[in-house]
Amino acid sequence: MVKELELSTNERELIISGLKEGIRLDGRGIDDFRSLKITLGPEYGRSEVKLGATKVLAKVSCEVARPYPERPNEGILTLNTELSPMAFTGLEPGRPSEEEVLVSRILEKAIKINRAVDVEGLCIVANELAWSIHVDVHFLDNDGNIIDAACIAAIAALSHFRRPDVTVIGEDVTIVFFIISNSKHPVDQRNPVPLSIHHTPICVTFAFFENGDLWVVDPSLKEEQIRRGDMIMAINNHKEICVLSKAGGIPLEMHTIIQCSKLAANKVDWVRERIQAALVNAAEVEKR
Amino acid sequence: MKPTKSTERTRLKVVLPGDTVSLEVTTPGITLGPGLIQAGEFITCTKAGVLVCSGSTYWIETDQKRYIPETGEHVVGRISGKGGEFYRVDVGSAHQAILPFLAFENATKKNRPNFNIGDLIYARVSLANKDMDPELQCFNPTNNKAEGFGKLEGGMVLKCSLRYCQRLLTQETDICKLLGQKLQFELSIGMNGRVWLSSDTIKHISLVYNALKQAETLNNNECKTLVSKLVV
Repeated sequence: MVKELELSTNERELIISGLKEGIRLDGRGIDDFRSLKITLGPEYGRSEVKLGATKVLAKVSCEVARPYPERPNEGILTLNTELSPMAFTGLEPGRPSEEEVLVSRILEKAIKINRAVDVEGLCIVANELAWSIHVDVHFLDNDGNIIDAACIAAIAALSHFRRPDVTVIGEDVTIVFFIISNSKHPVDQRNPVPLSIHHTPICVTFAFFENGDLWVVDPSLKEEQIRRGDMIMAINNHKEICVLSKAGGIPLEMHTIIQCSKLAANKVDWVRERIQAALVNAAEVEKR
Repeated sequence: MKPTKSTERTRLKVVLPGDTVSLEVTTPGITLGPGLIQAGEFITCTKAGVLVCSGSTYWIETDQKRYIPETGEHVVGRISGKGGEFYRVDVGSAHQAILPFLAFENATKKNRPNFNIGDLIYARVSLANKDMDPELQCFNPTNNKAEGFGKLEGGMVLKCSLRYCQRLLTQETDICKLLGQKLQFELSIGMNGRVWLSSDTIKHISLVYNALKQAETLNNNECKTLVSKLVV
């Protein structure tokens, strides 16, 4: 297996000296995201996110399961992020890489541990039946910053997802299955219900270079390969910082972190607007 | 490098791996190029792309990115290691290439090149064999002169498909000519899907880099609009 190609000294020097002048190789400013394109549908809970050339697909699915005995009143939310050699050339199949652990951990922290999805609302009969929601995130192409793209894709897919409605009369449980939209059949009896989402944490990644004075937001693959440290912030719609992850790398000054968090708050608003626009767009397509 | 005469090329059709091409194996003088093999009495495709013919030579043009070394091709590589008598060079192929210390102009046992790991070089494939690591050399074997081979200073590397490298080299795409009318830059095109580029300022390098990257999927008219939009 060929290792992930490392950058040459020439490229490294050029990127660093460019950053010193405030120029990034792809022409954007140090505080700019790449172009973001979110496509939802055709089925409920399917989202495709393109962040520059980075491409991520998320799919939400559900099934009825028995809740965990220690949490009898809660549904189950599982996040599954698997890196494949399709997007990661240097990946050794079979063994979870360091990157994979980091991605799944950050997503888990941002979405599951922060209780972005109301899991109590997923319970059907306490201790007996509950919805188990799976979020599968697939990485189709990697041009850096897969964490932000994965987080956007997961949040967009969860917001777009509809589960079948359930009626409980006494001990009888009826699940009203529905025909997936876009088909000619009318949705059976009742409309499928969206998940109740408490808040939407969105990740923003920063990369730091040299001694920490140089930084960029939304690093590309080449920038990621030469960074000396990174910081990931997840901020929700109430402007609360849900996750701050700084796994190793160079130490940072306090004012840098504050500066980054202010910028992250702006970026998160921008991303959220794009997700909203995609949701509105998907709803219109569905009506037709 | 195989010279491709762009005038004579005819694109026949789109083919998929496993397709049988309606050509007679017995056609006099028929030559099969990359992507075509003879299986019994049929000619079968091994790659997805466009079947092209030039005279009685047939081959398939693909957007492949994985490089398979071929003797005589020029490549851009990155020094990835050092052995007793050679450097290891990463050229994007399945195996790393070997660049012996003696494969330079005027090199002797005492007069060795001095490269560091991470340096970029422009070299020629001197040996490509499916059972051995590919070998490189930094001189033209016909006159033993360096002729531009050797270390590349500064600049940036663009990774693209192998076909795009050929198109840049044979000037099938006008992008280099059009960009050249606007600003000065330098290119070293490797047949391994890597193009080294340099210019006077970082801004210009980034401009050329992005223009070349975008032009991969553009035709000549679109290239013209792209370049006219550039602000130098």
